[in-house]
Amino acid sequence: MVTDRRLDSRSLAAHRRTRKLRRNLRGIGLHAILIVLLIAMLYPVIWMVLSSLRPEDEIFGGLGLIPKSWTIENYVKGWQLSGNPTFAAFFINSFIISALAVVGNLISCSMAGYAFARLHFPFKWLWFALMLGTIMLPIHAQMIPQYIFFLKIGWVNTILPLVVPKFLATDAFYIFLMVQFMRSLPAELEQAAVLDGASYWQRYWRIILPLTMPALVTTAVFTFIHTYNDFLGQLIYLTDVKSMTVPVALRLFLDPSGGQSSVGGLFAMVVLSIAPVLGFFLASQRLLTKGIATQGFK
Amino acid sequence: MASVSLEGLTKSYGNGVLKAVNDLNLEIEDGEFVVLVGPSGCGKSTALRMIAGLEEISDGGVWIGDQFVNDVHPKDRDVAMVFQNYALYPHMTVFDNIAFALQIAGMPRDEIRRRVEDAARTLELTDYLKRRPGQLSGGQRQRVAMGRAIVRQPAVFLMDEPLSNLDAKLRVQMRAEISKLQRRLGVTTIYVTHDQVEAMTMGDRVALLRDGNLQQVAPPSVMYDEPANMFVAAFLGSPSMNLLWGELGEVSASGTTLKLGGQTLLLTTEKIAGLRRLGAYANRAVVVGIRPEDIYPAADRPGATSKIRSNIDLVEALGSDKVLHFSIDARQALVKSSDSLDELNHGEAGKAHCVARLNARTPLRMGDDVDLVFDTDRLHFFDGETGEAIR
Repeated sequence: MVTDRRLDSRSLAAHRRTRKLRRNLRGIGLHAILIVLLIAMLYPVIWMVLSSLRPEDEIFGGLGLIPKSWTIENYVKGWQLSGNPTFAAFFINSFIISALAVVGNLISCSMAGYAFARLHFPFKWLWFALMLGTIMLPIHAQMIPQYIFFLKIGWVNTILPLVVPKFLATDAFYIFLMVQFMRSLPAELEQAAVLDGASYWQRYWRIILPLTMPALVTTAVFTFIHTYNDFLGQLIYLTDVKSMTVPVALRLFLDPSGGQSSVGGLFAMVVLSIAPVLGFFLASQRLLTKGIATQGFK
Repeated sequence: MASVSLEGLTKSYGNGVLKAVNDLNLEIEDGEFVVLVGPSGCGKSTALRMIAGLEEISDGGVWIGDQFVNDVHPKDRDVAMVFQNYALYPHMTVFDNIAFALQIAGMPRDEIRRRVEDAARTLELTDYLKRRPGQLSGGQRQRVAMGRAIVRQPAVFLMDEPLSNLDAKLRVQMRAEISKLQRRLGVTTIYVTHDQVEAMTMGDRVALLRDGNLQQVAPPSVMYDEPANMFVAAFLGSPSMNLLWGELGEVSASGTTLKLGGQTLLLTTEKIAGLRRLGAYANRAVVVGIRPEDIYPAADRPGATSKIRSNIDLVEALGSDKVLHFSIDARQALVKSSDSLDELNHGEAGKAHCVARLNARTPLRMGDDVDLVFDTDRLHFFDGETGEAIR
């Protein structure tokens, strides 16, 4: 039997069209679902942002998204709060604590990680297991003994309980992150450095640390977000109004005893308080995903 | 520059159950290029790492020059190592990679710059000093790794399969470059490889290891022509030596006979004269070895008396020569990398697979019947029990 194997260009084009159409339809369906989900998640945030821009008495007046009249009065009143201190002081307090926590975690966790990943010392695995064990201990179980401890050494109502532990490598999760990352670096790199005459410190500082950049960025971002958003720790240890941080200060807008709550000011300050986290994340996101050019090992 | 001596060097794991390197004795002279070769897992890299100080020594000792270095820190041994994956620091430029050891040593900046630029010129890396390793080709990275070693002007170079990550063509080129560089600098070099071509072409001497045990140390040509045992004979050469069971006849004034299956070869007195111990094997089975290039078509050797008739299984034309696969009526002797020679006795009788390397213009084709001549002056004899060469 002789078959005509020549391709019919018209039927081929039709086939291509139906395939393209089917692919497009699937894409449209998928996007529709995602957009609905996105709106459901973003709606409260958008509502809050827009509510912060309308007069206080209008906020719970209706469900509409767009304000009838626009005002920045909430921002002015919220920023002033009760006059002294203003929100500027709370932001500064938050930034100081967050920055010190980031620096502390970067230094101490990378050093501890290097020790666990590359050095040899007695009972290494026991210490490592103990350290991992602390991740599993709920913070609520540690809170009271810790508080009593810090109270006895007179650190309550200072930032020390929130900052000093970060310099002592107490965040086991980040140490674990560093250990895993450093273990993935080729051992030959360090052996080459040993033969080149580098000391432990030089190997850590000049070889390992630069190559651990992606893990360092991750640690910095998460430590910042975690510390900046931390409410409980800061609520417990910072009692004086002057030393309060943003999350704790936001509570001042609400009167739990049923008195006058300033919801407009609260919304305005919440919107402002989101900005640094968003900014920090956007700035470091490129580093997070890019990492360092690790090719060149082979 | 310095000599290196290894005395009873041993690396054992699990309380001596496993010996990666067993009682290795080796004297390497000042300026010598010694290649440590062997199949993978034979302990050659472990031996090198013990010399470098990256691996703890279980037993025995290492001397570099007059210094006993077992307890000397790697950085104080004055050795430079080139790793298989080059171990270049990916975040540093080529300049910093080469300069790293000198910077650590606290050398003045001008001196570092001068030395790095010298090394870069030698290795033709001058245009790449500002790049990072990730932006270089495989061959360039290899040269950076070399540069890092030579810039320190160490007493000993240690190289751990430095060419195994390169493609075939580049490997040939770098092989020659490393040899030339070593000759020019005159630095004692220990070079580890599993590639027998590198072993044959690069070293002043070759040390062949198997399962942690040293088999033979000799210049490449001696090792090729006078292998100490069957393992050495089979390891060096490509295609490898044909090893067959044969039976020696009575040794008399006119020579002796060698029975290979149903065929008999005549061995002249001159050949046997060089092998004093062969007489002891009269009327006994021995393993006979012949290299593929020592087999000829009978047509090329009109005077030859003993021919072997065979049928050609396969012809591989390599351009430069032809590799002929054929079977002869004899028993094959096999060597595998293991402790025992048990496999020797299990070759299938009557069907030994042999390989010959012939001139490219030989007009032979698959399926042809052919008369072949074994160059009896170039036969190798081995004890079937121990695998040791009979001389």
